Amino acid sequence: MTDVAVIGFAQAPGERHSPATTNGVEMLVPIFGEVFEATGLAKDDIDFWCSGSSDYLAGRAFSFVSAVDAIGAFPPVMESHVEMDGAWALYEAWLKILTGEAEIALAYGFGKSSAGNLRRVLSLQLDPYLLAPLWPDSVSVAALQARAGLEAGVWTQEQMAEVAVRSRADGAGNPKAVRPRSDGSRSAVDLLAEPYVADPLRAHDCAPVTDGAAVVILAAGDRARALAERPAWITGFEHRIDSAALGARDLTTSPSAASAGAAAGAARAQVAELHAPFTHQEIILRNALCLGDEVRISPSGGALAGNPMFAAGLARIGSAATEIMAGRADVALGHATSGPALQQNLICVMEAK
Amino acid sequence: MSQPLHAPLDIAFDYTRSLGPTLSAFASALAERRILGARAADGLVHAPPFEYDPVTAAPPAELVEVGPGGTVVSWSWMHRPLEGQPLDHPFGWALIRLDGADTAMLHAVDAGSADQMRTGMRVWPRWSHSRGGGITDIACFVPQEPEAAAQTVKQPEITMITTPIRLGYDHTVSPGEDSFLRGLAEGRLIAQRCPACGKVYLPPRGACPTCGVPTATQVELPDTGIVTTFCVVNVPFVGQQVPVPYVAASVLIDGADIAIQHLILGCAPDEVRMGMRVRAVWKPREQWDTSMRNIDHFEPTGDPDAPYDTYAHHL
Amino acid sequence: MKHRAAVLGTGQTHHRSKRLDVSIAGLCREAADRALADAGVGIDQIDAVVVGKAPDLFEGVMMPELYLADALGAVGKPMLRVHTAGSVGGATGIVAASLVQSGVHRRVLAVAFEKQSESNAMWALSISPPFSMPVLAGAGGYFAPHIRSYIRRSEAPAHIGAMVAAKDRRNGARNEYAHLRQADMTMEKVLASPMLWDPVRYDETCPSSDGACAVVLGDQAAAEASSQPVAWIRATAMRTEPTMFSGKDHVNPRAGADAAAALWAAAGITSPIDQIDAAEIYVPFSWFEPMWLENLGFAQPGRGWRLTESGATEIGGQIPVNPSGGVLSSNPIGASGLLRFAEAAMQVTGKAGEHQVPGARTALGHAYGGGSQYFSMWVVGDTPG
Repeated sequence: MTDVAVIGFAQAPGERHSPATTNGVEMLVPIFGEVFEATGLAKDDIDFWCSGSSDYLAGRAFSFVSAVDAIGAFPPVMESHVEMDGAWALYEAWLKILTGEAEIALAYGFGKSSAGNLRRVLSLQLDPYLLAPLWPDSVSVAALQARAGLEAGVWTQEQMAEVAVRSRADGAGNPKAVRPRSDGSRSAVDLLAEPYVADPLRAHDCAPVTDGAAVVILAAGDRARALAERPAWITGFEHRIDSAALGARDLTTSPSAASAGAAAGAARAQVAELHAPFTHQEIILRNALCLGDEVRISPSGGALAGNPMFAAGLARIGSAATEIMAGRADVALGHATSGPALQQNLICVMEAK
Repeated sequence: MSQPLHAPLDIAFDYTRSLGPTLSAFASALAERRILGARAADGLVHAPPFEYDPVTAAPPAELVEVGPGGTVVSWSWMHRPLEGQPLDHPFGWALIRLDGADTAMLHAVDAGSADQMRTGMRVWPRWSHSRGGGITDIACFVPQEPEAAAQTVKQPEITMITTPIRLGYDHTVSPGEDSFLRGLAEGRLIAQRCPACGKVYLPPRGACPTCGVPTATQVELPDTGIVTTFCVVNVPFVGQQVPVPYVAASVLIDGADIAIQHLILGCAPDEVRMGMRVRAVWKPREQWDTSMRNIDHFEPTGDPDAPYDTYAHHL
Repeated sequence: MKHRAAVLGTGQTHHRSKRLDVSIAGLCREAADRALADAGVGIDQIDAVVVGKAPDLFEGVMMPELYLADALGAVGKPMLRVHTAGSVGGATGIVAASLVQSGVHRRVLAVAFEKQSESNAMWALSISPPFSMPVLAGAGGYFAPHIRSYIRRSEAPAHIGAMVAAKDRRNGARNEYAHLRQADMTMEKVLASPMLWDPVRYDETCPSSDGACAVVLGDQAAAEASSQPVAWIRATAMRTEPTMFSGKDHVNPRAGADAAAALWAAAGITSPIDQIDAAEIYVPFSWFEPMWLENLGFAQPGRGWRLTESGATEIGGQIPVNPSGGVLSSNPIGASGLLRFAEAAMQVTGKAGEHQVPGARTALGHAYGGGSQYFSMWVVGDTPG
C-alpha cells in the first residue's frame, strides 16, 4: 500500500459568532492561502479536493456548493464532498491516493455552527420516527450518557472537571482556540461549584459552539518527502459506526472507537488529539483506545477549546500531525466523531519515519 | 471584518412519513394505548422496537407487548425547553426500560423538578389527547402510577405520521454581496473585479470562482444590458407575485462579465429575444431596500439586438 | 497500484411518486436486499457501506447514514455518506469503487436513495435565502434558458426534445422498476403537452420519485469467485467546476468534457460511439440527451441532435441511450446517478430484461449535478479489460 503522509494543516481561528457566511468561503480562503504558503504548493498542484460540511448548519440545500468558490475550480478539478466531518473527507482523499489517481490531495471542513440553534438542529440526527419527533437536543443526549457513566462508576464529576481544566489551560495557549478564550486559571473545585446546564453536565463539560474551518494536505511517497521535512506518515486509518438505537447501546463505552482504534494501532500513540465535545467523552475514548497516563491528550485544548462543526475532527488529525511535523512526537493519533453520543468514530494514526 | 447584512432564514415543513410494517404496528398499538417491543434474534426485547436488528440486520422475529410502566436507567434535566420538545415547562429526559424490555426508550418525564428525578424511579406513560402521532401518542412519562390502565380501544391502522420541522437561522451575506446590496439601496449596481483574472462579477461572490481569491475593487455599472438567454415561465411558484406567463432571463449588464437573473416585462413574452437590449425599471425610491427587488424588472430599450457573437461565450 | 473492482450485483426499488408502504430504511433495504441477492453475497460479507443522498432537507433527516447504520448492516463497520448534489449517486459508486480499488476492502455495499415524498422536492430546491430575488423555482426553470442556448447554438429543430422524451418513456415501459412507464408515448403527444418553462414542456421533464438503488462491489477474487457474470469497472472519472463563473459554458460544460476525456483515456476508448454499446446518461430534461452526447464526445459539438433524430439512441440503434428509461422515467434524486451506473452494469451482464441492449459488452454510466458542475461517470465491461 502506498505511503501517504500529512504534510500541511491550517485552521481558522475559532469564533463564537463569525461574520462569515454559511458557505464557508470567508473562513476557507485565508486558510487555503496559509497552507499553500507553508507547503509551497498552489491550487493547481492539488490532484483531488474533498470537503465535509452539512446543509443543516446553513439551513439551505446545497450549501456546500458555494464553498467550491474558495477553491478556484477552473480549470475543472477532481473533487468530492461528504456530508460529514472533514475527517471523513480526508479518508476519501486518502483512498484516492491509494488508488493511484492522485498524489497530492486536500481535505477541508467548515461549519458556521452559530447560524442556527446547534443543539436543536442536531436532534435531526436521531431516528426520524422514534426520537426526532421529541426533539431530544444534543446536549441532553450527552447528559444521559454522562449520568450513565457516573452511576456505573466509570468516571466521576471530578474527573470530568479535570478534563475541562486541562483543556482550558491548553486552549489558552492555542491561538486558534475559540475566542473569547476561556480563562485557564479556574480549578476543578471552582468549576464544580457552577450550576448544571443539563444535569449532570455543567458549562465546562460542554464544547463551546464554534464557527470555523480546517484544511489538511496529504501527499504520497516521494512527493511528501519533497514537501515536508518531517511528514506525518499515516500508518492506520480506520472508522466504524455503532447502532443508532441509543437505548440499546452501553453508552459508557464506545465499541466503534475501540474497534477502529485497535485496527489502526491507536495504543502506540504518544499523543492523541481526541474529538470529545463533552468531558466524559474524552474518558470514554481514552478507555476505548487503551491510552495510558503517559499519553498526552489533546495538547491543542481539543474540542473543549473550540468545536467548529464538520471541521473539528479534521482539526484533531491536523493537530496530531503537527506534533509529529514539529518534532514533538514520533507517533500521534487524531480522532473524529460523528453522531449522537459518540455513535461513529474515526482514528488516524501517524508516525515519523 | 465588520458585520455584513444579515436576516432571519426560517425553514419549515410538515414532513409526512410513511412507517412501513414494523413501525406501523408500533404506532397502531400506541394509538390503542399499548406499547410494543421487538424480539431480536438473540431473544432480547427492544423497546422501542427496531425495524432492523442491530446485530443481524433482520426484521423483528416478533413484536411483544411491554410496559406500560418502566424504570429510569439514566436521566438529565431540561431547564429551558426548546421548541418542539414534549413539554414547555422544565422536565427530565430519561432512558426508560419498560417492563418486559431489555433496552431503554428515550422520552420525557414530567417530574416537576430535577430533585424528583432518580435513576431507578418508576414511571408510567401519560397519553396524549390525540392518537396516530406515533411516539408522541405518549405525551411524556410521569412518576405516578395511573389509577386504572388506559383503555385499549381498537383503532384503525396507523401507517403515516406527520412531523413538523421548523428551524430558524441567522443568514449572513458575504462582504461582496453586502456592498452590492447596499449599492442597490442607493439605486446603484456595484460589481467587483477579481485581482487575478480581471473579470467583473455582479453580484460579487465570496471569492472569484475561477481564482479562489476575494474580489476587491469596486466597479459601478450602468443599469442597462442585454438578454443572453431566457425562458418563458408558465408555472407559478409559491410566493411569486408576477402573473404567468413571464420571462425569466439572464441579463448581462454592460461592463459585467457574468449575467444576473431577472424578469423581463414591458413586452409580450414572445417578443423577447436572445441579444435583446434592456434597461432596468426601478421601483419608486421610497420602496427601496437592500435588495435586488428595487429593480422591478428589465424592459426592452428598443435598440438593435446585440450580435450573437458578442455574447455567445456567456451561454 | 489500482486493484481491479467489479459490480457483483445490483438492486433497485420500484420507483413511485410516493412509496407509502415503506419507511426510509425499508426503501433502502428493498434495493440493498435485491443487490445482495443478485450478487449472491450475504450482508455479513460486506466490509463497508457507502450511502449517497441529495440534500438532507428533502427527508428532514440530518446525516441519515447515522439512522441507517442498523438497517444497512453497518453496525461495527465503516460507513460513509457522500453528497455531491444530483450527481451524488454517481459519486457514491465511485467512492465505493475506490474502497476496493485502493485495496482497503474486498466487498462494499453502496446505497443511494431519495424519499422525496416526505416533503416536496420543489420546496426543498427553492428555499431562497434573505436578500435574494428568485425569478423562478425548480430545476426546470434553471436549465430551460441553457436549453434555449443549445437550440440556438446547434440550430436543432424544435422537436428533438420531444423525440427524446417519447423514447425514454417508452423505454421506461420496458423497465419493471420505472416510475413512468408510457408504452404509447409519442413525439406528438409530448409536443402537445403544456409548455412549463419555454422551451421545456411538461412531458420533457423528470418526475419526482421515491426510490433507491444499491450495488455490491467486489475485488478481483470476489468477482472471479462469482457464479454469474460480473461487470468489471474499467474506469471512473469525476470533475467539478463552479456553478457560476464568467465564461462558463452552460451548454457544454468543461468539467463534463474533461471528465469524459479522462474516462475514455483510462478505459482505452478512442471512439465512444463505436466502442460503447449502451449509455445510461443523466437526462432529467429531454434536451440534455443531445447536449450530453456532445459533452461526452459521442458527437461533435452541435451535432448531438442528429444522433437523436436519426434514431441512433433507441435500443437497437448505434448508441442506445437510456434503455432503462433514464431520469425522465424515474428520478429519486439521490439515487438517479447510481441507477445510471447500475443500469450500465446490468447491460453488460445481460440482466436488463426487456430493456436489454442485445450483445452489450461495454457500457457507460453518467451523472451530473448542481448547476451543471459536478460530473461523475464510469465505464463497465464484461471483461476486466
